[in-house]
Amino acid sequence: MMDGLDDSPDLLAEDENKPRTESVDLTKDDTLSIDISDALSERDRVKFTVHTKTTLPDFRESEFSVVRQHEEFIWLHDRFVENEEYGGYIIPPAPPRPDFDASREKLQKLGEGEGTMTKEEFTKMKQELEAEYLATFKKTVAMHEVFLQRLAAHPAFRKDTNFRVFLEYDQDLSVRLKNKKEKLGWFIKSMSQSVDEVLLSNQKDADEFFEQEKGFLVEYHNRIAQSTKCADRMTKMHKSVADSYIKLSTGLGSLATCENTELDKVFNKVSECFEKSRKLEARVSSDEDLKLSDTLRYYLRDTSAAKDLLYRRTRALADYENANKDLDKARAKNRNVQQAEQAQQRACEKYEHLSELAKSELQDFKKRRVGAFRKNLVELAELEIKHAKALNQLYRNCIAQLKEEGRAAKAQPQ
Amino acid sequence: MADDREPPPLFDDEKPDKKEEEDDLFATPNEAPKEEVKDEPASLPTEPAQDKASEDLFAADDDLFGDKQEGPVEVDTSKLRRKLTEDVDDLSPIEEPKPLIPTAADSGKPPQSDAAAKKEPPKEKEKAKEVKPAYKEEPANVSTDQPLLKPMKVSVDLHTPKPAQNMQEESAAPPQLEVVDEPPPEMDISGEGEEVDLDSPETEGPSSPAKMEPDSDSSPLEAPPMAEVLPPAKPVTEEKPKPTPAPRKPSMEKSKEEVGYTSFAQIEEEESGDQFALDIKVHDPGKIGDGMGAYMSYKVTTQCLDFGEEKKTSIPAFRRPSMTVTRRFSDFLGLHEKLSQKHVHIGRIVPPAPEKSVVGMTKIKMSKEDTSSTEFVEKRRALLERFLQRISIHPVLQMDPDFRDFLEQDELPRATSTSAVSGAGVLRLIKGVGDTLSKVTIKMDESDQWFEEKQNQVEALDQQLKKLHASVEALVTYRKELGISTAAFAKSTAMLSNSEEHTALSRALSQLAEVEEKIEQVHLEQADNDFFLLSELLKDYIGIIQAIRIVFHERVKSFHNWQNAQQTLAKKREAEAKFKQTGKTDKIAHAQEEIREWEGKVE
Repeated sequence: MMDGLDDSPDLLAEDENKPRTESVDLTKDDTLSIDISDALSERDRVKFTVHTKTTLPDFRESEFSVVRQHEEFIWLHDRFVENEEYGGYIIPPAPPRPDFDASREKLQKLGEGEGTMTKEEFTKMKQELEAEYLATFKKTVAMHEVFLQRLAAHPAFRKDTNFRVFLEYDQDLSVRLKNKKEKLGWFIKSMSQSVDEVLLSNQKDADEFFEQEKGFLVEYHNRIAQSTKCADRMTKMHKSVADSYIKLSTGLGSLATCENTELDKVFNKVSECFEKSRKLEARVSSDEDLKLSDTLRYYLRDTSAAKDLLYRRTRALADYENANKDLDKARAKNRNVQQAEQAQQRACEKYEHLSELAKSELQDFKKRRVGAFRKNLVELAELEIKHAKALNQLYRNCIAQLKEEGRAAKAQPQ
Repeated sequence: MADDREPPPLFDDEKPDKKEEEDDLFATPNEAPKEEVKDEPASLPTEPAQDKASEDLFAADDDLFGDKQEGPVEVDTSKLRRKLTEDVDDLSPIEEPKPLIPTAADSGKPPQSDAAAKKEPPKEKEKAKEVKPAYKEEPANVSTDQPLLKPMKVSVDLHTPKPAQNMQEESAAPPQLEVVDEPPPEMDISGEGEEVDLDSPETEGPSSPAKMEPDSDSSPLEAPPMAEVLPPAKPVTEEKPKPTPAPRKPSMEKSKEEVGYTSFAQIEEEESGDQFALDIKVHDPGKIGDGMGAYMSYKVTTQCLDFGEEKKTSIPAFRRPSMTVTRRFSDFLGLHEKLSQKHVHIGRIVPPAPEKSVVGMTKIKMSKEDTSSTEFVEKRRALLERFLQRISIHPVLQMDPDFRDFLEQDELPRATSTSAVSGAGVLRLIKGVGDTLSKVTIKMDESDQWFEEKQNQVEALDQQLKKLHASVEALVTYRKELGISTAAFAKSTAMLSNSEEHTALSRALSQLAEVEEKIEQVHLEQADNDFFLLSELLKDYIGIIQAIRIVFHERVKSFHNWQNAQQTLAKKREAEAKFKQTGKTDKIAHAQEEIREWEGKVE
């Protein structure tokens, strides 16, 4: 169980960079490689085909696939969270629920407004929406994959039985969704947790490192939440701008048809130009979305997971101190000393164990974060440059052509 | 000012002409004097002749209510035509308001000889330059004073020459007469009457019916008060030759030109040679006053450019080559009102004025200094500038004395009728309702292919423009939001980089924040450009199309009126015949009077 710790530097052994998942590889480890080879989207559920390749002896076979649904991923995540042994680790955040509502709504609106626009406009918008839908779908799959991969790479997690079951068990895991009572229980627990956090946050930690980390994480978490929101809005707006180009280009096109002066050539040209630039702009926006927003979002979740870790640690610390107090009390009363001692012992162990793990986890977290940001930001900048150049070229061409036509028109006898 | 002095004589002189026309129409004996007069205009020193003619006119007046004459009308017009062709060369490049679309708002004027007018334009263009000197001579011709004719009579006279001509074609002349209510009109009318005879060349030959056109052409050159009167008088008299290529064309021609206006405006100006170009700028919006009485004032700077040899010569009508006045928004609206009243019935398209925005103005009145109010002010300023520039490009409206007043005079009488809540406002509302109703009820068989085609085109264009405008607006809004959200993102990234421990990453993030800020600027700029260049342009054109529709509608109304008048005339004639049969002589005279009245209206 503990050899994972020896490999701490190799904490995150990711598979080779799959095109779909863009997680950061700190190390490479082929002993357990997972990917989502296929995904089907049915009415409102997505079925993922989880494909595992492993050389570890613990598994029955060396290569196998199972079909899993989103709920099962969540189940797995919850198992990890509940497990106290993993208290010292940052649990990889659960993948977000596949959300196609937005796209579905837009598609509906488009369908309703079909009568108002021309045929080509309608098909174009439909294409756009379908592309959007596809992109969302791909993103979801990627998220799930990253989740699994992080689990696999983590030295401790990969040995978990639940994880193994998840990967191997052919039939449906028949994951029972939390029924009302459980949900309520969970809700109350999270409430108490947040209250606790508030109380504990005032507690000054003896350890420098953790104190710093706590401050940093809390602040970072807030800010990254803000950034994510803004980035999301920005990409959405960008997409809307690109979409409105469609209307513009079709409007100009129809204007050209009813215009019988020399303006119609101009209109046609401009409409074409808009059409092309629209594609580019849409690409820009989706790239932004992918590189920037997603990164931010992911690390938002990661940060909150790290915060949870810290919380657990402080909780353990509090327990430890409580146990100490109890012990003292017991010693004073000379009653239940044994129990108190044991309790204290346990608490102490737990606390120390947790602290160690937490330290290493947090450091890795930092590395991971920096690496991921670096990679994504660099890619983002490069893509933006490429697109900007292309757009620039497009517009220049268009302007030159228009000028040509203008000169030709003037040369003609009026 | 020489110009100011000139008009009055012109008008005076016109009166005798009108009288002559009257005579021609109603008593054959009068034709002779008229012809005399008509032959004379070619040579300017015809004043004495005119005087004589006027005397004859007066003599003829007695026979005014003699036999009805319909035949002479034809003769007259032909003579007029001759005169017109002769005089065209002499005419100065006065812009005559050509009836854009034949509208006979109040009285159905006989349709213009569109065909005739159409032939003229090319001729006119050539003669534009020569016209100028001739015009100056016109005033001379109009020196004779004529007793003020009763407008009604004059209108009858004026109309009579026309009726024979192109009954089918519609002209928009008569309405103008009714429009005039100022005292000067009478003078003008008479003057114009004279003009007609003397300056027959003014109206292109074919457009002798054009005499009837309510062109406010002479107005530009005349003193401002006269100008308003002139249009009404114009219909009676021949039009002064329009220097611009399209002056004499029948309303349809004019409308054609107007429709294809923007593309040809430049060409027209170049061809006419003596065109004046006004460079108008609206700037310096300032808030005057406080509280509810506050208003925005704008400085209007005008500079006259001449396409001729001398740059920046002063247009004779303008007092100085360049001037600056302060105007407030209701002044602009007042100008638009006046121009509409004068020109819309005759079918000219008046550029639409910016709307009165209660919301925007109250914001300013409340002296809120936020970005939205400054944006609003900027938008409004640009709108006003475009409005004035459009007017100045328009060959006819450019010469309108009201317009010139607006640009020159330091103090304009407060245009109260334009305030949002006022008696005039309510009246306008009611009129609007009536108009809409009539739009629905009046159906006109479109006999003119050209009009039908144009109307369809305009409708289609309007639709397209509206759609395009909507999508451009959406684009602008999205872009603006993009700019705003980019700014927010930049801020949050900056904060993030602050809290980031890893220095390289922190640096990278802060640089990203800076770049995003710059991007935001670019986006906002682009949005502004989109808006001012594209969206406003589209909106303007939608407004112009609306104005075109109004003019089209006027045409329909005038047709309708004309039909009504014709029907009534027929009825009156029937009544008269009946009276004749039954030998009720006493009623005959009465009936005949009525008949004449309606005939006049029909014209």
